[in-house]
Amino acid sequence: MSQADLTMGTHPPGLTTGLPPFSVSAKKMAIWLFIIADAATFAACLVAYGFLRNGSPNWPRPFHSVMNVSLMTFILLTSSLTMLLGIRAAKIGDKAGAFRWTMITAVAGILFALLHIREWMALIGEGMTMFHNPWGAPLFGASFFSITGLHLLHVTGGVIALVVVGFRYMRGRYNADDLEVTGLYWHFVDLVWMFVVPFVYLLNLAQ
Amino acid sequence: MVDAPDVQKHEPPSRYTDPITRYLLIYFCILALAALQFVIAYSHVDTSAKFERMLLIAIAEAGLALLFFMHLWAEKRGFLLFVVVFTGFVLVAMQYGWTDSYRMELGAPYTQPKVGVVPQ
Repeated sequence: MSQADLTMGTHPPGLTTGLPPFSVSAKKMAIWLFIIADAATFAACLVAYGFLRNGSPNWPRPFHSVMNVSLMTFILLTSSLTMLLGIRAAKIGDKAGAFRWTMITAVAGILFALLHIREWMALIGEGMTMFHNPWGAPLFGASFFSITGLHLLHVTGGVIALVVVGFRYMRGRYNADDLEVTGLYWHFVDLVWMFVVPFVYLLNLAQ
Repeated sequence: MVDAPDVQKHEPPSRYTDPITRYLLIYFCILALAALQFVIAYSHVDTSAKFERMLLIAIAEAGLALLFFMHLWAEKRGFLLFVVVFTGFVLVAMQYGWTDSYRMELGAPYTQPKVGVVPQ
């Protein structure tokens, strides 16, 4: 390839027009790459959990009721819907609506976190710690607290992000694209919960 | 200095103004699938059958959320393939160690056989 070719425009169109790969903005591409990496992190935790569960002869089944986890699931799924409505409102220019739905989503996240902490406290009250529990395999506590704790950390981070981005969007410092990127992260947190519930809770119901 | 936009405007605005009924439909589908997992949890089948059914339902839920809540369906097909194939490969590659977890039942030091399992 001659020097002239390098400067006169024989490159593929994507390299010369300034369009990013897949026509996806840099911010959105960054959050998608984060989501892919984070999916691998959660998958590794769940595989390790399955490995331990499969290899332990006396895996505990401590959950007697699904009331708490079903309520948590309902709240998190509904928060994904309210996030969608917030992004939709932002994209059509309804600033107040976008802010309102984003804050409702954040409140749902806080509710979810409080229910989660309540459940943790109940299990700790029954004698479960990271490496000890009264029911069976001691590593149950480590795997349970690791997976649900990692998820709770994501929810907490998501709530903080929603509040910060929501207020900055309202003040005009951020735009609808920023709200959309935060929404993608929130949907991902919801998506992970879809796998945590059956494997960590529902397969360990007391018989 | 003014920050330059990191991308030209290229995304069709129509995809962000999907009718709310579509969002509600997907939401209720995901809720129904989640409820189905709870039903399976109380069904009288063995744990491995429960696991398989719950995994399939979780994948269906995740697919709906990815495609419609995260708008992957409205992105370019190349991007959709990039996300699905790349992530799928990483997740599948993690599964190579499962056979070893079965070995742990009987083969690893200090393990005890599961109830009802006769040591070889």
